[in-house]
Amino acid sequence: MDLFEHQGKEFFAGYGLPVSAGEAAFTVADAVAAAQRLGTPVMVKAQVHTGGRGKAGGVKHAADLDAVRQHADRILGLDIKGHIVRRVWIEEASDIAEEYYASFTLDRSAKLHLGMLSAQGGVEIETVAETNPEAVAKIWIDPLDGLTEAVCRDWVAAANLPPAALEGAVEILLKLYDAYTRGDADLVEINPLILTPEGSVHVLDAKVTLDGNSEFRHPDYRQYDATQTRDEREEAAHARGLQYVGLDGSVGVIANGAGLAMSTVDVVNQVGGSPANFLDIGGGANADVMAGALEVINNDPAVKAIFINIFGGITRGEEIAGGILEAMQRVEIDSPIVIRLDGTNATEGRAMLEPHLTDDLLMQPTMLDAARRVVELAG
Amino acid sequence: MSIFVDENTKVVYQGLTGSQGSYYGLLNRDYGTQVVAGTHPTKAGTDVDGVPIYANVSEAVQATGATASCIFIPAPGVRGAVLEAAEGGVEFIVAITEGVPAHDEVYVYNALKRDFPDVLLLGPNCPGIISPGKCNIGITAGHIAKAGGPVGIVSRSGTLTYQALYELKQADVGVTTCVGIGGDPVPGTSFIDCLRAFEDDPETLAVMMIGEIGGTAEEEAAEFIKNHMTKPVAGYVAGVTAPPGKKMGHAGAIVSGGRGTAAAKIEALTDAGVVVGQNPTEAGELMADIVAGL
Repeated sequence: MDLFEHQGKEFFAGYGLPVSAGEAAFTVADAVAAAQRLGTPVMVKAQVHTGGRGKAGGVKHAADLDAVRQHADRILGLDIKGHIVRRVWIEEASDIAEEYYASFTLDRSAKLHLGMLSAQGGVEIETVAETNPEAVAKIWIDPLDGLTEAVCRDWVAAANLPPAALEGAVEILLKLYDAYTRGDADLVEINPLILTPEGSVHVLDAKVTLDGNSEFRHPDYRQYDATQTRDEREEAAHARGLQYVGLDGSVGVIANGAGLAMSTVDVVNQVGGSPANFLDIGGGANADVMAGALEVINNDPAVKAIFINIFGGITRGEEIAGGILEAMQRVEIDSPIVIRLDGTNATEGRAMLEPHLTDDLLMQPTMLDAARRVVELAG
Repeated sequence: MSIFVDENTKVVYQGLTGSQGSYYGLLNRDYGTQVVAGTHPTKAGTDVDGVPIYANVSEAVQATGATASCIFIPAPGVRGAVLEAAEGGVEFIVAITEGVPAHDEVYVYNALKRDFPDVLLLGPNCPGIISPGKCNIGITAGHIAKAGGPVGIVSRSGTLTYQALYELKQADVGVTTCVGIGGDPVPGTSFIDCLRAFEDDPETLAVMMIGEIGGTAEEEAAEFIKNHMTKPVAGYVAGVTAPPGKKMGHAGAIVSGGRGTAAAKIEALTDAGVVVGQNPTEAGELMADIVAGL
């Protein structure tokens, strides 16, 4: 789950990290009112789930309320890498002496937590890591040990932060690690972490991704569910509890299991087609789930043909065929369907489908044959 | 021979009293797996279709000599269940449960590494392991696998694992052991753990490996194959055309920051001498060809 900057800052504040006062606003009038309450100067910042906001003109300094009005007007509705700005964050402006970078994430390869710290913040850290790798100080943390203050001090020194920033940075990094672990985050990133001319270290940005699997420990994370970036199709699938990712093509894909669904998307591409989506209906294939999947795909106007690719394991072919037939009675389908049914009792399942086959309901024995047929039908 | 589990493996099911646990646990027993016990903190002394329930893994091990455990309990309890199993004295733990937080997975991985270095955890979020004809732990349909070898299978994806077993059975190729390591960010058992075991197993003569996008596990496996494997490997990687930044079902299946692409994985595997199929069927055919030429 990706958080907007302002949600990330609230999350950070909950762990005692120093963030600026601010308010989220959805309209120009709200933005101006917020700035009035906070007192100018303020920053007007686009809230989107993507980086590169500054370059796209989504982050502006406003000296007075007129400037707030102008900037909010321009930023609201702005398209940043395909993300339309629907909300801005109005925040007290800070004076900046220096900009740093700090983050924690999971290193899947090392199977340890990875902390990254750099004295060169405010720019894309990937660029710094590429052009000047020694400017990024990395530490690997065993979750059994945690991050100790001593290790943290050495780390700050290794990143060449100036002595003036040492105490403030250590305090923030320890709290950030606490937020990362206790908050079950996949990623916490501060860029920039700033040193003010007065010598205090302060969090100026927040990029936070939380682990959706941890909701049982954090019931309040459900609030972030509503603010995830999903297109209409993804929203409809999400409401039905389906694992769905929208793509740009014309072949609707339904498969059981994430691997098989990914593989189906690949095979459709390989034979010259273009998938409209990835959709995993999970291990079985009961009528309810299948009907929900068909509904979501049928509502996608770009879909010209549908590929149902099911492999029976524990779930037998007859059960799968029964589920498909029942689902098709419940949902009126506009596009032709090609079914590939294989695995346990595939022969029995296919025999059940056989009497129902028409020009709009076809069956093919293999994944590749089915992909070729469905791509032909999609035109 | 087989790797990790065989006809002598005795399994205790943590969560045998639940709907999933009893369904699959009893299916596993029907297959021939030695299902010796279940656990439940308040149901000790009862049984599930004749399988005795103990209060915890330690008591189950003492009473039955269980050597492995299989976890079917909900995600919030998995971290504790894995540690309970290790403390209870089993050598091999299979965690089927999906939806376990990544922080729990990385904690458990490191806790086992430090305190129980000889215990192997498979999963979480995996289909389990089957040594056809001998032992089936988890949710794999046993009858789609042909027993006897010479192929060992290791896979990150559930349905593609079944597909692989099925394709090989159609081609009349047997399997020594099929390990589903699962698609989560921190799997207890890696490709390399399985490849090493297959390399050491005299009855496994060739290996089929099924990967998917996300992380660098396939690249690390390729490095291992290049330097340490003498047995031929056929492979498949799902997600060639997955768009970057989108999670494709598994927590692990995501391409980010240019890392974890299928293209990079296929290149690394090919460079290590693995024959890589364009789709699961082709990978199965390539494997059958290799077996025919052994």
